[in-house]
Amino acid sequence: MPLQKISQVVGRCVPIPGDDIDTDRIIPARFMKCVTFDGLGEYMFYDVRFDEARRPRPHPLNDPRFAGASILLSGNNFGCGSSREHAPQAIRRAGFGAIVAEGFAEIFFGNSTTLGMPCVSASRADIASIATIVQADPSKELTIDLRQKSLAIGGMTFPLDIRESARAALLAGEWDPIAQLLDGATDVDRVAASLPYVQAPAH
Amino acid sequence: MSANGKTLFEKVWEAHSVRRLPNGQTQLFIGTHLIHEVTSPQAFAMLRELGLGVRFPHRTFATVDHIVPTDERNEPFADPLADEMIKAIRKNCRDFGITYFDIASGHQGIIHIVGPEQGITQPGTTIACGDSHTSTHGAFGAVAFGIGTSQVRDILATQTMALSPLKVRRLNVSGRLGPGVYSKDVILHIIRTLGVNGGTGFAYEYGGDVFDGFSMEDRMTVCNMSIEGGARVGYVNPDEKTFAYLKGRPHAPKGADWDRAVARWRAVASDPGCHYDDVVEFRAEEIRPTVTWGINPGQAVFIDETIPRPDGVPAAERASVEEALAHMKLRAGQPVRGIPINVAFLGSCTNGRFNDFVEVARHLKGRKVAPGVRAIAVPGSQAVGRLLAEKGIDRVFRDAGFDWRDAGCSMCLAMNPDKLVGDELCASSSNRNFKGRQGSPTGRTILMSPLMVAAAAITGEVSDAREVFQTP
Ligand code: SF4
Repeated sequence: MPLQKISQVVGRCVPIPGDDIDTDRIIPARFMKCVTFDGLGEYMFYDVRFDEARRPRPHPLNDPRFAGASILLSGNNFGCGSSREHAPQAIRRAGFGAIVAEGFAEIFFGNSTTLGMPCVSASRADIASIATIVQADPSKELTIDLRQKSLAIGGMTFPLDIRESARAALLAGEWDPIAQLLDGATDVDRVAASLPYVQAPAH
Repeated sequence: MSANGKTLFEKVWEAHSVRRLPNGQTQLFIGTHLIHEVTSPQAFAMLRELGLGVRFPHRTFATVDHIVPTDERNEPFADPLADEMIKAIRKNCRDFGITYFDIASGHQGIIHIVGPEQGITQPGTTIACGDSHTSTHGAFGAVAFGIGTSQVRDILATQTMALSPLKVRRLNVSGRLGPGVYSKDVILHIIRTLGVNGGTGFAYEYGGDVFDGFSMEDRMTVCNMSIEGGARVGYVNPDEKTFAYLKGRPHAPKGADWDRAVARWRAVASDPGCHYDDVVEFRAEEIRPTVTWGINPGQAVFIDETIPRPDGVPAAERASVEEALAHMKLRAGQPVRGIPINVAFLGSCTNGRFNDFVEVARHLKGRKVAPGVRAIAVPGSQAVGRLLAEKGIDRVFRDAGFDWRDAGCSMCLAMNPDKLVGDELCASSSNRNFKGRQGSPTGRTILMSPLMVAAAAITGEVSDAREVFQTP
């Protein structure tokens, strides 16, 4: 299964300001009672988007100006907390293709990369500048260029940062490692045989 | 890596490295894979879609913890979605030949409690589980990672995953903790000091006098919350306590195998004089009982402190302090002591172990939960619950007015019927105080040690357990 090579993501943005946005907030635990990820998209950020009577609250994701946005802009330590892949799955299934934030929690970053959804970092000031442009004109598209390591919008460019291994995997279309892991089977057996606890029969 | 020796992390990493992947990551062998009902069904579905099997079925162990009710355990569960999930894990384990600790086995419980008590968690091993608190197993000198569902799939299919190595930060806690100060206070203090993302990119190696003196349970409490400080992995070097804990456990090596294993385990500890990427020192005497006041585990203060003022913190943190104050319905400058509580929760993979309940019971005897406070005590595993009942410890909790439950995650994340209602405030021995974590979007959580939860339950407000129980 050849994967798409991802060198650019282009789309409109929705700013979701704040630091330490945790995965419980991205997808509240009660929506994880599911045996597939299908349909998770509609519950993304549910408890901040809707009140207890399910009425929409004022939130960028409910703002018609940002409808159809496919890039999420946020603060530092985005995706911290639970390892639930439900969080990036919900974001992906809600139609997002990339996230730009000041920083990402590690497990979330890895989970997103494996889904082919780049998580790129930029400075707080640059994210604020992009957000200002987007607030003024939500139709402006942001170009995330992984090859150039740049963010471009409205005639301005900003540097982006992303872990080199993730960048390489996205560019090469190898962001889902399963095929390569399967390829290593002989080496895997060699390592397994060298580990006494793996050899021990299960009870 | 240094000529003077290696850290445990480096040794374990090297022993489990399969090969380098084209993107520069390592294909790492995962010797022990733990699964539960919430993050595994999608992985099995992906496996079936790809036409793959489980490569080393005897190296995956399963239980059910997140969704199980802790009161009415008869199936079908009242919640049809929960019922579907338990049926799915049962079927997946049966289909693929995976050891599954089901409710009827008497060994069910929170996966991070079951692993150690079964002796599955061992020094020098790699462990992964689709749950961020997998770092708990590091207490045994294992390198244990929380992973996402796609990686659960990878491990099922290949027993490996793609990973970049971590740097190692040594955290020394020297000296002696004062009375009424527990492992929970130590880790809350560490997170408060280094920040909720201070550990990003690091494995935390905990050591020093305090960790040498800690029980395995205490070490687990600290390692458990490594992830709340941003560190995906946290561990303590194995020592005699580790070996004594494991000896005789169902999955621990036996006879001559045991001796060989202990020799290996001794050798896997970090070498004296090895190089660390960073070292941070803490003094035990400076740590006091700690409680959170905000909406992440780093927003914490000592029990005798006041809630920070937005204008008293660095500009970058101001917005999150304000957001936290608004959610928690607390005032800047208000003392944390005296905040009224509605619910007291004792349990979770952080503090739902045998020793946690024994320590609380020692002080709780003869006291009563304050009127109007809903208090629940949830043993982390069936084995913990059984042992406590044998010793009559459950009685102490029941007599005090606690609701005594069966094993599960319960109100730690409220995927089962145990939930906060409206904006109830919960004194909780769990590990996360995120908005909505305990089941109500407006619910409020204050994290603290189990004894502090008991003190809050008795007084009806956030209290200093040292005063309530008059520990000297
Ligand atoms: S007790 Fe809480 S933190 Fe631990 S595994 Fe269960 S839900 Fe996760």
